[in-house]
Amino acid sequence: MKWIKNIFREIFGLFVDDGAFALAILIWLSFMRWATSHLTLSPAAIGVILFAGLALILIESTTRFARRTPR
Amino acid sequence: MIIGWAHTGTSVVASFLASLVECVEALTVVLAVGSVRGWRSALIGSATAIGVLLVIVAALGTVLTHIPLRSIQLVIGTLLLLFGLRWLRKAILRSAGLIPLHDEQAAFAKNAESMRHFGNGHTAWDKIAFAATFHITMLEGTEVVFIVIAIGAGRTGTLFPASLGAVGALLVVIALGFILHRPLARVPENTFKFIVGVMLSAFGTFWVGEGMHLAWPAADWSILALIAAYLAIALVMVPLCRSRSQAVTSNP
Repeated sequence: MKWIKNIFREIFGLFVDDGAFALAILIWLSFMRWATSHLTLSPAAIGVILFAGLALILIESTTRFARRTPR
Repeated sequence: MIIGWAHTGTSVVASFLASLVECVEALTVVLAVGSVRGWRSALIGSATAIGVLLVIVAALGTVLTHIPLRSIQLVIGTLLLLFGLRWLRKAILRSAGLIPLHDEQAAFAKNAESMRHFGNGHTAWDKIAFAATFHITMLEGTEVVFIVIAIGAGRTGTLFPASLGAVGALLVVIALGFILHRPLARVPENTFKFIVGVMLSAFGTFWVGEGMHLAWPAADWSILALIAAYLAIALVMVPLCRSRSQAVTSNP
């Protein structure tokens, strides 16, 4: 049954590598879900804001990793 | 709903490249096991796992047709973003030289060595060879199944092109494995992961938007715009991460 445990661990690892990175994505998506139902914005603006938040999370996470990792 | 080329084409390419990377990793272990312990049990183990994975895809595909599309798009889109952005993050860091590249030759040598520790395996039925190849094919195959489901479940009619991409990758890797009989070390794995990370992140953003009832401007063509935007950011991040890291080295 060890392989079943490994598969479940592997499935979790598919989505979560850096915990803070995964959490930031989930928080941003939850905020956007709330924002789309409470704010009056054009679809294009919502699309751009959704993407911009995710891109910023990616930029912050990679630069944070780079800052603490000497080559 | 009619699906456009922008959707079908990107589904096939993303699924093909992602599956190719996973199949290459599985092939390395299957080759290591087969060359040390014999091919019969190694190939049966791998084939059995592929059979189990096909049943899972068929079952999940049927189940997903009974769930409202908006809910699927939101859940699958979120999972796809977690998965795709994680791949893209790692690919950027690998390209910047901050994480070592995956070495298929080293993986082959390590797996072959560990198989030798179990003694002579050239018997009619080798449980160790079967278990090892079944295990690796299930592990890597689970990722392929998720990618196919995630790309294909967001819209009616996209599961087939996504499956086609994955099956194509599997056949290419099997053919190369039979012809070459050695690990596919020259496959530009990180470049593929970089491209796939960009595409999956774009798909994830698109699905989540649709799940939130967002009517994307230009409909499916927004996927191509998202791919271009993620690619531009990722390409800028590689030298930026490299320079940040060098700054750390020079100012410890």
